[in-house]
Amino acid sequence: MSNPSNLKYTTTHEWVKTEADGTITIGITDHAQELLGDMVFVEAPAVGRKLKAKEECAVVESVKAAADVYAPVSGNVTAANTELDGAPQKLNEEPYGAWIFKMKPDNAADVAALLDAAAYQAVVDSEAH
Amino acid sequence: MTTLKQTPLNAAHRAMGAKMVDFGGWDMPVNYGSQIDEHHQVRNDCGMFDVCHMRVVDAKGDGVRAFLRYLLANNADKITVPGKALYSAMLRPNGGVIDDLIIYFMTEQWFRIVVNAGTADKDIAWMREQAAKAAPQLTITSRDDLAMVAIQGPNARAKVWEVLPQTKAATENLVNFQAADCGEYFVARTGYTGEDGFEVMLPKEKVEKFWYDLSKVGVKPIGLGARDTLRLEAGMNLYGQDMDETVGPLESGLGWTVDLKSDRDFIGKAALLANPPTKKLAGLVLLDRGVLRGHQKVKTPHGDGEITSGTFSPTLEKSIALARVPNGVQIGDTVQVEIRDKLLNAKVVKYPFARNGKAVASW
Repeated sequence: MSNPSNLKYTTTHEWVKTEADGTITIGITDHAQELLGDMVFVEAPAVGRKLKAKEECAVVESVKAAADVYAPVSGNVTAANTELDGAPQKLNEEPYGAWIFKMKPDNAADVAALLDAAAYQAVVDSEAH
Repeated sequence: MTTLKQTPLNAAHRAMGAKMVDFGGWDMPVNYGSQIDEHHQVRNDCGMFDVCHMRVVDAKGDGVRAFLRYLLANNADKITVPGKALYSAMLRPNGGVIDDLIIYFMTEQWFRIVVNAGTADKDIAWMREQAAKAAPQLTITSRDDLAMVAIQGPNARAKVWEVLPQTKAATENLVNFQAADCGEYFVARTGYTGEDGFEVMLPKEKVEKFWYDLSKVGVKPIGLGARDTLRLEAGMNLYGQDMDETVGPLESGLGWTVDLKSDRDFIGKAALLANPPTKKLAGLVLLDRGVLRGHQKVKTPHGDGEITSGTFSPTLEKSIALARVPNGVQIGDTVQVEIRDKLLNAKVVKYPFARNGKAVASW
């Protein structure tokens, strides 16, 4: 699966979508779900929580392992996807549709500075050895 | 980077789309797609596992039974019907577990032993060292010429007979934990999944064809990921996680395999008698949301314990674990497990958690 070009990415394998109202939606990339395997548990951050960029804020667990999800930028959590509680496998089935949480970023410029799809692919390629 | 060891099925795994991982120095398949699907495949139908990394050892010579009676914590005298197998721990004199293994009684001059991959070299060195002192007439041979495939699940035996019809007559009356030597194929009704099935040992050069022949009759390959969830649901220990040389068998849920009643002496017995266990292995089912993992702390009114193996159980759709806890902890108790910054509730249950396709633990 290729990484959608309308999204931004982090080196820690989150994808970030900017919505019309300026909030951002965050999930994990296809590469991340592929590495982790079958997802069985998701813990999203509490709505209202203030996050700093790169702060650990959510956890995804597969049968195999637990992995932290990091805030891509600083801001406030505005929503958490509770649907994943009963259906964590959605992260495997549609990694770019199944979002984990939404934020209102402190600075829109921080979002613009994240990786684009090509730069993220380079990160993925550099990890494969 | 060190070169990983490969089994003779390495190319077959890659051709079948396996995701390969470093498993104790071996390049092994962790899954071929979905680990959970593979788990259900074994519980509901059947699947095949590459276990060529495990080691077959033949102990031969006069007095081999007497030697094993001394070498192992379980009593080799329990197996008297040819082909019968026995699960045992092999202990250091201080009671620490060197390995857990299966022995097959073939004749009074031949027992076959199957040991874990990661411990094989130290196991064989230990066996030879003990044999040199106690039974120098024995030969202990590492069968590096043999490969091993496990076929597990309710339909596993029928599939093996489809591929190896010449072994059917000799193997259809095998009881659980019994093997038959069918010339090139050594077929044992054993496994590590809690399901019926066979483990087949055969010449290395024949294993790739055997694997593809099984695939042709519909047997799906299963990776190490599902192997771990299947064995944990079945309440089977994993060496290196649930026990090792730093703990004894009685603190590792292996009391049922240790014969302390007879006056037979065996390596480690004196230490076990001198040091009664203060901890035991317990089954846990997580009541709250989350996933139990190895090394998480377990808080109980009798003191702290630690999870030795934890995972998400596809059969129970709950997280389950084995944990080493103080002896005072009882089945039915609720304990707390520290997961990240939280204390989550878990119920202490009798294990196995699942066998023969069904959940058997209750909470």
